[in-house]
Amino acid sequence: MELFTNQVLAGIATGAIYACMALAVVMIYQAIDHLNFAQGEMAMFSTFISWQLMQWGVSYWFAFLITLAFSFVAGIAIERILFKPLVKAPVLTNVAGFIALFAIINSSAGLIWDFTIKQYPTPFGSAPFLGSQLISTHQAGMIGVTVALLLALYFFFQYTRIGLAMRAAASVPESARLVGINTSWMIALGWGMATAIGSIAGMLIAPVVFLEPNMMGGVLIYGFAAAVLGGLSSPFGAVVGGFLVGVFENLAGTYIPGVGNELKLPIALALIISVLVVKPAGLFGRHIVKRV
Amino acid sequence: MTPLLNVKDLRAYYGQVQALHGLSFSLNEGSLTTLLGANGAGKTTTLRAICNMVRSTGGVEFEGKPLNNRSTESIVRFGIAHVPQGRGTFTNMTVEENLQLGAITRKDTAGIVSDIERMYAHFPVLKQRHTQQAGTLSGGEQQMLAVARALMLRPRLMLLDEPSFGLAPLVVRDLFGILGKINREDKVSILVVEQNAQLALELADQAYVIETGRIVMSGNAKDIANNEEIRKSYLGY
Repeated sequence: MELFTNQVLAGIATGAIYACMALAVVMIYQAIDHLNFAQGEMAMFSTFISWQLMQWGVSYWFAFLITLAFSFVAGIAIERILFKPLVKAPVLTNVAGFIALFAIINSSAGLIWDFTIKQYPTPFGSAPFLGSQLISTHQAGMIGVTVALLLALYFFFQYTRIGLAMRAAASVPESARLVGINTSWMIALGWGMATAIGSIAGMLIAPVVFLEPNMMGGVLIYGFAAAVLGGLSSPFGAVVGGFLVGVFENLAGTYIPGVGNELKLPIALALIISVLVVKPAGLFGRHIVKRV
Repeated sequence: MTPLLNVKDLRAYYGQVQALHGLSFSLNEGSLTTLLGANGAGKTTTLRAICNMVRSTGGVEFEGKPLNNRSTESIVRFGIAHVPQGRGTFTNMTVEENLQLGAITRKDTAGIVSDIERMYAHFPVLKQRHTQQAGTLSGGEQQMLAVARALMLRPRLMLLDEPSFGLAPLVVRDLFGILGKINREDKVSILVVEQNAQLALELADQAYVIETGRIVMSGNAKDIANNEEIRKSYLGY
């Protein structure tokens, strides 16, 4: 029983990271109708920035905040420079854009910081949390930061005018423009926020997976699985999906014979395929019906 | 007196296809003007061209200021509220959020709060349903919401695209009554595009008849309504 509880709690901790990645993916998907394949690389690059700052002697939380601000601005810049010109381009052009972004960021990180694995600090320590062997303080910290982030986002979108405008721009762009919302800037703002959310995920998971340019590859696939499971049209679904995938991944690794650590990733892919076959809109997504 | 809205030689295009062929008309402050015509005559396109939602050439002036090269979202800031065809409801948001969105360009928080109450007084059904998702409202209620959303801007000019579309005759009567009241009491000038010519002419003071992208008739709404020849050949009743 203790093994089970342990695995579930550890699953919730990594699930928090998947939830962040899924949320970042869904925010951009809502804004521009494309999946951002480079979301993980963007998060990785942000994490490197924070690491570099700490190498220069900046304290953890200060580096954390600077990285958030950097990521926000960088996300807006990427949208303005690369994806705004592609607004009316076909799907494949956008996909090529995402792949290019992926390759550029991945290689730049390798060029600047090389591909060797680096230790990444945690501000929470890794002692047993509250004296319990079930979960470490870092895992508890991951859950805590994510929950705080989710609450902040909920209040932002529910109770601020700019949050309302962003939701309007994502749901009915034409009507949004007719009430005077600059939808193009709302998309850019969505990119900035998604990039900042991704950077939080990167900085929280880095002490676990270690820092290197390919660190987010697996994480992003779980993030996609979470987004698909919860429904790409539902930010709430993406978050729930993230936690579910985290727990599911851990339990499958422990209890299904032959899965172990090596086959955890295929499980995420199998999950994506099963959801798409059985319930394409996801658990909380809306069916989009298009008139032809 | 300069007209509130002056449209001169307006031409609009969908890709290679020209939809408006040099359309000119004007609307005075305080007027309730209707634009009539058959399906495909270019009524919707005219409204869309005024708000720069379709490629167009020619002059559109609001109080003498040109609107042509402005973005749709910046034209709203002149005080022009456009209720598009199909109502443009934010269906997955609540009724109250829809109203707040109508006032999203305004900065006076207190004024917005009191205007929302004013809308609830105009349209009591919206108050009953203010926490409901707007998509769950009936067609008539959604049209009320669309008009209320437009009024939240405190507009100088309201553009309405086929407000009667898909509504039961009684509901249409109701709605048109409210439009007339808004025009008289709140001094909002209104340009309404309609297929239901009979009703629109009862409501309006000015009327223009448009056919294949040109104005073919203009004048006092009563005169047009009383002219049997025009009614038969252009308005079909």
